[in-house]
Formats: sequence, C-alpha cells, structure tokens
Amino acid sequence: MNERPDTDPIEVKVVDPSQPDTAPETPAEEQVSTLRLVATLAVAGAVAGLLIVLVNLHTKPIIDEYRAEQLRLAVYEVLPGVARYRTLYRVDDALVAQVPEGAKASDFRQAYVGYDETGEMIGVATSRGESGFQDIVLVIFGFEPESGILLGMKVLESKETPGLGDKIFKDQVFVDQFFARPQTPLAAIKKGSGKGLPGEIDAITGATISSKVVVSIINNGIADWQGVLQQADLEQIVPEEAP
Amino acid sequence: MRATTPSQDFIRGIWKENPVLIQMLGLCPALAVTNTVKNALAMSAATFFVLTCSSVLISSVKNFIPKEVRISSYILVIATFVTLADMMLQAYAPVQHKELGAFIALIVVNCMILGRQEAFSSRNTVYRSLLDAVGTGIGFTIALIMMGGFREILGIGTFFDISLFGPNFEPWVVMVLPAGGFLMLGFIILGMGVYEQRKQAREAHGEAA
Amino acid sequence: MSFKEEKHGVVKITAAPHVRSAESTTRIMWSVVLSLLPVTAASIWFFGPSAVLVIGASVAGCLLTERLFGGQRNSISDGSAMITGLLLGLCLPAGFPLWMAFIGGVFGIGFGKIIFGGLGQNIFNPALLGRAFLQAAFPVAITTWPGPAPDWWVLRGDNFALPFMSPGAADAVTGATPLGNLKFGDDPVATPLLDLLLGTTSGSLGETSALLILLGGIYLAIRGHLNWHIPVSILVSVFAFSGVFYWLGLSPFSPLFMLFSGGLMLGAWYMATDMVTSPVTHTGCWVFGVSIGLLVVIIRIWGGLPEGVMYAILLMNALVPFINRATQPRKFGSPRGKPEPAAEKES
Repeated sequence: MNERPDTDPIEVKVVDPSQPDTAPETPAEEQVSTLRLVATLAVAGAVAGLLIVLVNLHTKPIIDEYRAEQLRLAVYEVLPGVARYRTLYRVDDALVAQVPEGAKASDFRQAYVGYDETGEMIGVATSRGESGFQDIVLVIFGFEPESGILLGMKVLESKETPGLGDKIFKDQVFVDQFFARPQTPLAAIKKGSGKGLPGEIDAITGATISSKVVVSIINNGIADWQGVLQQADLEQIVPEEAP
Repeated sequence: MRATTPSQDFIRGIWKENPVLIQMLGLCPALAVTNTVKNALAMSAATFFVLTCSSVLISSVKNFIPKEVRISSYILVIATFVTLADMMLQAYAPVQHKELGAFIALIVVNCMILGRQEAFSSRNTVYRSLLDAVGTGIGFTIALIMMGGFREILGIGTFFDISLFGPNFEPWVVMVLPAGGFLMLGFIILGMGVYEQRKQAREAHGEAA
Repeated sequence: MSFKEEKHGVVKITAAPHVRSAESTTRIMWSVVLSLLPVTAASIWFFGPSAVLVIGASVAGCLLTERLFGGQRNSISDGSAMITGLLLGLCLPAGFPLWMAFIGGVFGIGFGKIIFGGLGQNIFNPALLGRAFLQAAFPVAITTWPGPAPDWWVLRGDNFALPFMSPGAADAVTGATPLGNLKFGDDPVATPLLDLLLGTTSGSLGETSALLILLGGIYLAIRGHLNWHIPVSILVSVFAFSGVFYWLGLSPFSPLFMLFSGGLMLGAWYMATDMVTSPVTHTGCWVFGVSIGLLVVIIRIWGGLPEGVMYAILLMNALVPFINRATQPRKFGSPRGKPEPAAEKES
C-alpha cells in the first residue's frame, strides 16, 4: 500500500509572498559579520538604557513621594489620633531605628510607632499579608503593644472577588468593626450568631473566607509582633523627636 | 505585496483589520484589564504610545538593522518604550498603574506590536509606518473601549464611573472577572459576525434585484 | 431501467436504520419531563408559590430562546428545552429573582446548546451551563437559601425584583444548606438522614428530596431512557471515596450524608446522564461516573464552595470526547492490541 507509482520527482518551488523584495538581495548580504550583529545590539541596548535612566531620574522622586504619602495616609488611618510616627525595622527579632550599614530598608519588616500631639505613644502599625480567596491580601493595622487592643485596620492590596470578597474594604460596616477598640484575638462569626463576646467580628455574608483572612492576619500579626515590641522597650529605643 | 495608499494604511487597522476583533492579536490585555472603561483607556494609551514610537523608530533605522538580529532589536526597542510607559504611568497615574499591575510590563509581548514591526514598519517609510501604527492603535483602543464599556455597564452598573442604573443595580460579578472578558469578546465577535453576514446577504440581494 | 418501471416487486433501497421503533427523541424527552413532575411537585409543596415562579421563569427563558434561535422547524416540541428549563429551575434557590432565572435559561439554551448547533451538538449540559453562569454572575443571590416560612403561600424571597436590580433584603431568615452548615457553619451539625431523604431541608428547589429524585431516576432507568451505569458509578464512587476520607478523619461528611445531601442525586440521575454530553461506551460511562464522583468529593471537602456537583459534571463533560476515543471497543475479529484507526481508513 505504501508504494508509490513511479513518476518523475515533483519539483516544489517555495515562494514566500511576504518577502518578494528582499529575497533576491539575500545572497548578496548573506554573510553579515558577527561583530556587526553584536555591535548593532550593543548600540541599541546602550541607547535604550540611557533613555530609561533619564526618564527614571525624572519619575523616581514622584513615585517615591507618592508611595510615602500613601503609607503616611494608611498609618494615620489605622492609628486614629496620631500626629507623627517613626519607622522601626525588625532585624533578627530586635527593633532598630536605623537599618544596618549597606542593607536596604525594604528588606526588613517595618513597624510604625505613632505618637499624638503631646508626644504620648498611641500604638504601633504594621502590615502583613496572607493568602485570601484569590490572592494575597495585604492589610495594615494598628494596635497597642501592651494590651494587644486593635486600633484600626486598612486593606492595602486585595484581588478578592468584586462584589463579594472586596467588601472587606468596600463595606464600611465591616471595616468599622475593626476600629471600635475590639479585644484581640478576634473571631469572625456569622452575622447574627454572636454571643456578645468582645472580639467578635461579623463576617460578610457570602464572603466568609475573605472575612476570616482579615481576622487571621490581624491575630497572627499581633501575636507575631507583640513580644518583639514589648521586649524592645519602645520608650527607650525611640527618641522623642519629630520625624 | 499589494500596493496600498497612505489612507488605506491608516484606515485598515481601525476596523477592517482591527487587531483585536478581526486579527485576534493582543488578546491578553484585551481580556485581562478591560473590566472598566478607565482601565481600558489607560491600557490603550500605553499601548498606543509604545506602538507609535516603536513603529516610527524601527522604520527609520530599518536599514541599519541586520536581518539576523531584527527580532531581538524590535523587542529591545519595544521593551524600552514599555519601560518608559510603565514609569510614566506610575508617576502620573498611580491609581491606574496599580489596577493594571503587571499587564503594563506585558505590553512587551503584545504580539500586535511586534507584528506591525515585522509586517509593516520594517519595510515601509517612516510616514507610512506612522499612519499604520496610529490606525492600528486606534483600532486597538476602539476594541478595548467596547470591551471595557460593556463589561463595566454589566459588571458594575456604571460607565466611566457614572452610575447608570441607580444604587440598587445588581452587578453581574462574572463580567468584571477574567471569565467575563472571554464571554464579552465572544459576544462582540458574534455580533460583528452576524452584522457582516446580514450586510453580505443584503448586498447579494441588492445585486440580484 | 429505473426502479419505477419495474412492475413486479419494487426494490426499495434506503439508508440505515432499518429497524422501526416507537421510541423517538421526542418521546424520551417528554417521559423525562414526566419523571421530573413528582420532584417539581415536591418543590412546590416545600417552597410554595416561589417554586412555581422560579421554575416558570427559567422554563420561559429556555423556551423563548429555543423558539427565537432554535432554527428550522419548531424545535420546542422535542421537549429538550423544556427539560433544560425544568432542571435549571430545580437547581435554583426559591427566593431567586425571576429576571435572573430567565437570564439563566436564555444563557443555558443560547450558549449551552444553540451556539454549538442545537440538540445533539452541545459539549456541556445546557442547564448546568446556565446554572454556572448564574453562579458566576450573581453569587450572592444564588446562595441565599430561604429558611422555613410561616405559611405555605408566603414568597420565599424577593422573586419580583425588577430586572437588573438587586433583590431586597430577604424577609425570612436565610438558612444554610446541610452541606454549607457542616462545612462553614459555626456550629456544624450533620442534618439527620431522614430529613435529607424526604427533603425537609434548606437548599435548591429540586435538590432537597433525594427520595423522589431516586424514584424518578429509577423509573427512567427501567424504561431504558437513561444509562444506569452513569448514576450508579457516580453514587458508588462518591460513597467509596467519601467513606475513605471520612474514615481517615479528613472530612466531616459521612458517606451517607454525602450521598443524600446537596445536588448529587439530581446531578447524578438527570444532569450527568444527558445523552448528548455523556460517553457512548459502557466503559466510558464508568470512567465518566467515577471521575465525577471523585471530583464531587474533592470539591466538597477541600473546595472553596460547599457544593461541587455542577463543576464536577461540567469538567467531565469537557472530557467526554477523549473518554470516547480512549474507550473505543475492539472491532469484532480485529486483532487484540492497540486499534489503529489510521490503518482502517486506508483499507
């Protein structure tokens, strides 16, 4: 079955319709030296790099300022009544005001100690992320390091389902529950099934998982930081200076 | 290659050879970030910028680029402009930049842009390449705004953040999720197919009469 | 010489089939509808006029779409759109807004069936596709299960919400389904088996009474209108897998609870057995059924949703062509070993 009848071999000429102009020229410039190829790419790369650096010089300060502003707003929101704050860095479970020489500040987890106008410490804010229903939920929250009382909460990043899970930051009733000085640890409960215990948070109907993630972030976050903060003796380590 | 006039170069990409709806190129951004008109517009603007700049640059230096490294060179040029667009958006439209996230950086691999370089800019004059890029960019923008508009209306009940149905509107959550992107693209292409079919039938009928 | 000129004895040449039977698509479809009537009646008994309204809206959506876009002849009369509408209505909660149920029907028939070319061409079960769309589009409304109402004739929710508008706050207390309660409840208690069997629990309209669904299914199986291999394999595999996980202490659901709760009965007997979207060989049916059972158990125990029957069936629907190809029976007389379809074609 596989034998073909004897016929003349068919000549197939491949015509590339997309390159009618360049095809005849190809043999002439077939051998382009490797040097030229490398040089072309190197020049193009250098020009591209230069352009990017120039624009970066211009945009970087704007971007940094925006980020700092966002952070400042978030800290002010989760520590109600704060007038200024200092940033502390967590290095090997100890808190320091300055990062070690040669290290980048963003490599360390940070706590923001907030003071009111008279210089009295209000509480500490810090951020933490855990995986929610869709992706990591990043939350910043403020609390009193001594008592562990929660002062405020704000969702920084979340990709939770629009209309359901995103109520963890869009539903003001849910968010407000984290500002009423609740005792920790918190417990997410179904709406209406509360027993009047101090740490109860009404979960969002239909978004139980997202609600529980926020609660879990805060519980784990406070547990994680409270010991470190209490050991650090904040009054001593933090000089009372205006930031 | 068929010879085209400059006006054809310009008009072609807008509708007849619309990059998203007809050629099915650049679907990744068209599906991923078009859940609101604003996001669609930001994405279109960034893509438009990258496409136009790359086309002009590549068509003006096309004679210096050896054939062997042309794709790498195109990618280099495109990546440069994408990085510029990324930084500029981050500085001047931080909210939109956060919404679009990684998809700005992914413009680099938008095959529509690379496709225009390989198919057009690398063998046409700067002027014609500019026309082609602007036309294609407009076509891309139209497609994205159609997607974003319908998805925002159904998925959030607003158009360009203006509430259309009042506060009681029940959002179709699926429409702002990625699945809604696929559905909406399907709906739009279905609608266009039906329209084209009707038009052809009418023309055939008119000729016969 | 043509056949017409032949005087003595006309030779008739026709294509297969040559065996006549009173069975037809239409007859089978309408007997499925008939077998669904007890379940429908039970849903009306349990959920009052809301059940009539929701089922009516989804049936109307299906029939209207079939009528408008169904193409040639009147494809409504084969009853398949009626089944889709009934099944879709039966897997919705009683307090569901009518406009949403209508849209579910339109989507199920339009994008589950007609867009593929009509009855017999679809990949996914249209009713489940409509349900999946509704689940994705209106996740809150479709999981708002009505609690017990004070009187039979009280509406179980805001059925008459205006099109595109949210349903108002439910008057009655919302209740959790037995599955949801056991999985996410603060106070998880397994619902007694008798309640699950009779259907005196919260849930979708038609999924509450396991017993009636079982009866309807068995009736159809006896009439030969459904392939009993599929439901039996699904139920056996759900029972077996959930038994193993329960025994290992990995799941809170006992095997019997698994069998009779949620949409499993309705799914196993009526959705998975859809002739168009299930495998054609018996081996294939067992593969299909056991996989659905396994997926159901996995989604129910570890998934983010309390119920997984819908997604399990839809996923396996997508794999049916591959199952069919993998389980092709050996041709009589052909050598054992791997069949070579390519070689067949050339000879």
